[in-house]
Amino acid sequence: MSVTTPFRSELSPGRAGFGQLLHAEWTKFRTVRGWIIGLVIGLVVMAGLGLFTAGSASSSCQASGGGPVRSGAACGLGFALGPAGEPVSDSFYFVRQPLTGNGTITVRLTSMTGLLPPATPPANQPSNGPLDTRPGVEPWAKAGIIIKSSLTGGSPYAAMMVAADHGVRMQWNYTGDTPGLPGAVGPQNPRWLRLTRSGDVITGYDSADGTHWTEVGAVTLSGLPRVVQAGLFAASPVDLQSPYCSGYCNGPGGPTQATGVFDHVSAPGGAWAGGYVGAEYASGVGSYHPAGGGFSVTGSGDIAPIPPGHGGEADSAITVSEYLLGTFAGLIALGVVAALFITAEYRRSLIRVTFAASPRRGRVLAAKAVVVAAVSFVVGAVAAAFAVLAGTAITHARGYYSAPVSGATELKVIIGTGLFAAVAAAGALAVGAITRRGAAAVTIVIVALAVPVFLAISRAVPAGAGDWLLRVTPAAGISLQQAYPQYQQVASTVYTPLNGYYPLSWWAGLLVLCGWAAAALGVAAYLLRRRDA
Amino acid sequence: MTEAVVSARHARGAWAGLPDALHAEWTKLRTLASTWWLLLAAAALTVTVGAAVAATYQCSGGPAACAPAVTGADPAKISLTGVYLGQVIVALLAVLAVGGEYGTGMIRVTLAATPRRLTMLAAKMAVVTGWTLAASVAAVAGSLLTGWLILPGRGLSAANGYVVPSLANGADLRAFGGSVLYLALIALLALGVTTAVRDSAVAIGVVLGLLYLFPIVSAVIPSHTWSRHLEQVAPMTAGLYIEATAGVAALPLTPWQGLGVLALWAAGALLLGATVLRLRDA
Repeated sequence: MSVTTPFRSELSPGRAGFGQLLHAEWTKFRTVRGWIIGLVIGLVVMAGLGLFTAGSASSSCQASGGGPVRSGAACGLGFALGPAGEPVSDSFYFVRQPLTGNGTITVRLTSMTGLLPPATPPANQPSNGPLDTRPGVEPWAKAGIIIKSSLTGGSPYAAMMVAADHGVRMQWNYTGDTPGLPGAVGPQNPRWLRLTRSGDVITGYDSADGTHWTEVGAVTLSGLPRVVQAGLFAASPVDLQSPYCSGYCNGPGGPTQATGVFDHVSAPGGAWAGGYVGAEYASGVGSYHPAGGGFSVTGSGDIAPIPPGHGGEADSAITVSEYLLGTFAGLIALGVVAALFITAEYRRSLIRVTFAASPRRGRVLAAKAVVVAAVSFVVGAVAAAFAVLAGTAITHARGYYSAPVSGATELKVIIGTGLFAAVAAAGALAVGAITRRGAAAVTIVIVALAVPVFLAISRAVPAGAGDWLLRVTPAAGISLQQAYPQYQQVASTVYTPLNGYYPLSWWAGLLVLCGWAAAALGVAAYLLRRRDA
Repeated sequence: MTEAVVSARHARGAWAGLPDALHAEWTKLRTLASTWWLLLAAAALTVTVGAAVAATYQCSGGPAACAPAVTGADPAKISLTGVYLGQVIVALLAVLAVGGEYGTGMIRVTLAATPRRLTMLAAKMAVVTGWTLAASVAAVAGSLLTGWLILPGRGLSAANGYVVPSLANGADLRAFGGSVLYLALIALLALGVTTAVRDSAVAIGVVLGLLYLFPIVSAVIPSHTWSRHLEQVAPMTAGLYIEATAGVAALPLTPWQGLGVLALWAAGALLLGATVLRLRDA
């Protein structure tokens, strides 16, 4: 009499684990030559386009009134560089006196008026003739007090000011901005402003009556010299709504002017001197007059960061998003490979063997997703790192200017590109599992990822619709690549997806992308279980 | 007897099998449910997207604010926005017409029946082009009509200085006919690429990559010179110059030159595909 024992695998239980499944899927992945070739093509195109950007950048310029046409580095930048090497506007009318050591400057601002360019372009406006203007104040026109380390454009500063439509602000080193008292300034509604220097620390106060003071902020300007320049200033940025610009501005828009009337001026003493800072970057129009025991100060220009981008004042700066313009070449290659990673199994019926070996289908999908996501992360991050780092190095070597980003931002963009690629590839795999046909899956993935970006940046759809496409479609993941902040205190025409400014923050974009990928993976897992292989 | 028939067929020349091949390809494509769905989807998507974009367009403020010189708007181009998406489905149809046969192994049967491979390719080109033209006429005519109905109410009216659209108007006729040809050329480009790479998924990836990567790169790249050159050689950007009815003089190429660029891409892809088809085993 024979006893039949049920079959028991001699393999240890560990062999059925997720690690083994991952190993099996990784082996399948790396041994298909076509897929590896696809990945290499994606990586090379993506990284190569970054180098192409750096290598092809060109600019030329000619002095007004003729002269030789120069190109590249010989043109100069056309803007000042701030303490962190970033492009900044630093042009304003400055009524100043030297401040030695510690000290305080206090003023009362009683009115702010200004001039705007005409709403429609005048016929035959002579390029250097007097401006045709209308009364009005640019919303971000500024008048107030400032302590600045030197008169050099881009030097460190801290300032207390009234911005025409944005109340009292304390601003420092171009990018810093803290709001103080709200509301517009006027004779019935004056604003008292005070700046105090103590060593490297400058503290700003505001007050509505000159008695009750509120601290707005305290900032440290490291390396401030013993003698600094302190005084009153007025500045008014270009009006972007104006279709008119005639030789007074670098970028789009028309010139404006602001006048602040100050009294109760209290400063350590010394003679006042008026002058334009950064006249080479703006109109250089400005003046000051004694008025009722104080000053009336008139000026144009701005003290603010310049967001880099096409058509802006820092047009010649090459940006991180330009180095990364090959991202979608890489993503399309990764999407094709990720979709094929499962559809090829269906086509060759290998999927039946796979499921016979690992009957838990959801785990197979998970293992495949982990493998493609990991590979895609590496490809995306390596290509992005190469494009950004080598691109920047080439730009510098050719004598051009690359808009700088901090090391942390650089890392965020590189890791972010890797994450974008990883999650997109996992989503592409899920779509492949749902459609079971490579062509359909690849089409869906490209329409979901690349087409919204194309529509948004080529202005094929209205700008508002383009922004919504970059909020709700998986293409929202591109927000991970935003390298430069959008300053709410700087109005600019460059804040568009074309220039790498996206409507979502990086984490919101990542969430939207992950949501889509998770939904696709969920549907895929459900269908894998429900359907026959 | 059999030998006589065979030699008689050979005597009729290289393209003697073309009518039979055409009939075979026609039958194959006609009897696939996906063909009908894709054609319907291509036309519906094109018209819907065009109508949606036209409906979101709004310019109010009379001739001063909405004159053609101020808005730069091109009513035909706005109406035809849907072509950006409809072309994806047209390309997919063409890719599947060839790639589907490679996927299932049907290609071996097809080539056994039509051993002259270029005859087979020519028959496929003719049938796919025919189907695409039919869907394109519906898609483009529907889009233009929808635009003509919607846009005058959105500020692009004759009162504001826009030309009243009509097929008697040369530019509108060119936009209509040219867009139909554009979609047919996209199908031929996709057919050529698929014949060369012989895998549907890879082929659609390559075709859509060619279409959408060029304009993304040319828009972002910092060099104006390179941007212009890339626009001139990009199959989609240059090909769609044919839609322009306003600002034609400012385009980097004339509309017909632009369509010619796409025709060159399609011809190149078909040439590559034909070469691969002749040289390699199926």
